[in-house]
Amino acid sequence: MNKRLLCAALLWLPVFATSAATKVSEQVLDNGLKILVKEDHRSPVAVSQVWYKVGSSYEPGGITGISHMLEHMMFKGTDKHAAGEFSRIVAENGGEENAFTGTDYTAYFQTMEASRLAVSFELEADRMRNLHLLADELKKELQVVTEERRMRTDDNPQAKMQEHFNAMAYTNSPYKNPVIGWPNDIENYKVEDLQAWYQRWYAPNNATLVVVGDVDTKAVFALAERYFGPLKSCDCQSYTLKPQAEVEQLGVRKMTIKLPAKLPTLVMGYKVPVLKTVQHEWEAYALEVLAGVLDGGSSARLESGLVRGKQLAVSVGASYSLTSRLPELFTLEATPAEGKTVWNLETALKDEIAQLQIKLVDNDELQRIKAQVLAKAVYERDSNFYQAMQLGMLETVGLGWKVVDQYVEKVNQVTAEQVREVAQKYLLEDKLSVAYLEPLPITGNITESKTEIGVR
Amino acid sequence: MRIQLLSLMLLAWVVAFCTPAQAAAKIEHWQTSQGSRIYYVHSEGLPMVDIQVAFDAGSARDGSQFGLSALTSGMLDTGAGQWNADQIAQRFESVGAQFSSSISNDMASVSLRTLTDKPLFDKALETLQVILTRPSFNEADFQREKNRTLAGLKQQEESPAELAHIAYYKALYNDHPYGHPGSGLIATVSGFNVTDLRNFYQNYYVAANAMVVIVGDLSRSQAEQTAETLISGLPVGHKPEVLPEVVMPVKASKQHIDFPSSQTHVLVGMPGTYRKDVDYFNLYVGNHILGGGGLVSKLFEEVREKRGLAYSASSSFAPMFRKGPFTLSLQTRNDQTVLALDVLNKTLADFIAQGPTEAELIAAKKNITGGFAMRFDTNKKLLSYVSMIGFYEMPLDYLDTFQQNVEKVTTVSIKDAFKRRIDPQLMQTITLGGSDKKSEK
Repeated sequence: MNKRLLCAALLWLPVFATSAATKVSEQVLDNGLKILVKEDHRSPVAVSQVWYKVGSSYEPGGITGISHMLEHMMFKGTDKHAAGEFSRIVAENGGEENAFTGTDYTAYFQTMEASRLAVSFELEADRMRNLHLLADELKKELQVVTEERRMRTDDNPQAKMQEHFNAMAYTNSPYKNPVIGWPNDIENYKVEDLQAWYQRWYAPNNATLVVVGDVDTKAVFALAERYFGPLKSCDCQSYTLKPQAEVEQLGVRKMTIKLPAKLPTLVMGYKVPVLKTVQHEWEAYALEVLAGVLDGGSSARLESGLVRGKQLAVSVGASYSLTSRLPELFTLEATPAEGKTVWNLETALKDEIAQLQIKLVDNDELQRIKAQVLAKAVYERDSNFYQAMQLGMLETVGLGWKVVDQYVEKVNQVTAEQVREVAQKYLLEDKLSVAYLEPLPITGNITESKTEIGVR
Repeated sequence: MRIQLLSLMLLAWVVAFCTPAQAAAKIEHWQTSQGSRIYYVHSEGLPMVDIQVAFDAGSARDGSQFGLSALTSGMLDTGAGQWNADQIAQRFESVGAQFSSSISNDMASVSLRTLTDKPLFDKALETLQVILTRPSFNEADFQREKNRTLAGLKQQEESPAELAHIAYYKALYNDHPYGHPGSGLIATVSGFNVTDLRNFYQNYYVAANAMVVIVGDLSRSQAEQTAETLISGLPVGHKPEVLPEVVMPVKASKQHIDFPSSQTHVLVGMPGTYRKDVDYFNLYVGNHILGGGGLVSKLFEEVREKRGLAYSASSSFAPMFRKGPFTLSLQTRNDQTVLALDVLNKTLADFIAQGPTEAELIAAKKNITGGFAMRFDTNKKLLSYVSMIGFYEMPLDYLDTFQQNVEKVTTVSIKDAFKRRIDPQLMQTITLGGSDKKSEK
């Protein structure tokens, strides 16, 4: 097998694939609603997503998590539809629906048989401007969100560690707050807080409608005009979101988190720029490739070197999100193998970083990362939902959906020299935060009581 | 050479994209001479294919060595033929292919997702074939993977959800092969040696016990060749004996496990339905109304929407070869456990006593049949359906008749099926969490 040919072929295929097949059409209504449509006729279904430019990183102190709370309240009725009716109508139309909140966005979606798109548009348009926020509903839903927090964070040592780690690593960036909010903030939301949040951010000129599936683009635009066209825009643009640029970190930060748990864990994070904030665009793509060199599959350095080779870790990972709205952390996480410590792992991970700063990445390694990125660009197209996610997210963080089309090519252009350069420039000890999870015993009080109920 | 290759691929791409989408999945099925069952669906539009090779070798085949199926499956790609773990991973990843192996109670499987461009596909397929037919089970790899499993089992003890599920399965199935966790127990896994894994592999990873599922852009003849390549290196062997019937509980039981979490995890249920159950569609549609319908169900309404007692509240049937669990579950603040459990039990008891209303049934049918196309709108979802159909030897027209079978269900037939099959007097209840004391906020 001629290896060079193979790589060349691989590098080209999906580039063609994306440029030949990714056809996104864009339109903006008079009220400012942006609509993105991508036709995909493999199956007679369509996903419709409404993305709002608001998320936990938009929230001031005292009401952290309010974007997520409002997401829950969006199912609680409007002038036209009583609480719960939204979901009933979607269900009766064979739809699947839900919503999600992140640091930089709040999004709502329905997946339905493609001919029922109007059902989704009617309901989403209605709750974009006409939501009822009632104190009684809030009271109940507050409990639901509190249970959600307990389940996701409070009873999960790793999640709790991550929350404390973020709060230390960022000084003033809103990324220091959890998306679900701090418990004390959740307890104290008032209907008026939610009302104000809704008024400020929920309007066509602060939203993007994304449709992917077995649809006709022109018909979707017409349908969107019909349902969303009459909505009034807001003057949300006059409210300028403060930049809240993170202050410079002046040295390494370390913390210990003591929690009832069974295994120690290490988390490390370097402050790095993202595509949106970086001076030279290629740097963000080079960091993306660098993350791949460390953790792009089982052949990548961390799994190969630390889990299998040196057997220091039972699990290890690296992650970088180049599409965040604000500067991020390049994160490394690891759980030590029996007899090894978090300090062994910290040393080993820093060695890996040092190697990247000193030596150029092998060509084979680089090609493997690129091959995976390219193949994934094809695999992703198996899912309408994922394609819509990408478009909506990129548009909402302010990068623009066209980044989807550039991604593969830009990754492809990254050189070994560039990977070394960003490692030298950004993965610096003074910009590092480290957290150690120190397990406390899980109270020895695990007792079981068993009652047989002898009914028969 | 490069130019030629490129234009060829581009052409293939354009042709693929102009072909109209197929409405229903056409499953083609044949058997190899060694007795392996092959299931193939040609899906166009993307130059990729998903391949799964599955065996009746899930955790139900562990015997007394709980976790053996899982560790055997996990070791397959740590060494095979001439290659070590690094080389295997490099071979897959250099062509952008994605490999995974996994187990469930009934099934062990390896899966490959790859591009169909020939040189890339051939390399990925060859690697899969060697993993499947010539795994090394080296001592050093074994020790490392065993230690990783043990670490995972230790970490599991941090998770109230996982601990509750382990206790729940034990309560439902006791010593039946479904009664233990797939990843095993620290006590059992500690005792394994590499020979145990080799034996398990030799007994169960054989052609007579194998099934291949192929979904993607391969022609029928390519699919035949692919299946042949994968299976021909396996010894014929034989199918394992069928799993024993589940012994149904004779009375209800309630077990509380004290754990320092802020929420109590509540699981209530009993062995429910199996794959070829004649009552299946009655139970399935009934459960959809009771607690299976996502954001719209009786349980969700009573527990979350009316009372705000939990974030998630649902019920499910998990049909397996034998009766899989019928489960109602929720998680709630410790001091609300009694209240939430009452609501859950009452919702179930009312449903069994009264059955669904006409309106509820109509709504459920509209949801299920209206959303039918979404069940297999990606290659990935389609593969999992075809795999289920093949593994359990369901009729090939299972998907084609699915909507009809749902439509046939009536309020009377649901009520009748639940009455016969789900007995509140036999429910096994697990609560795991902090004791009754008021939990901190």
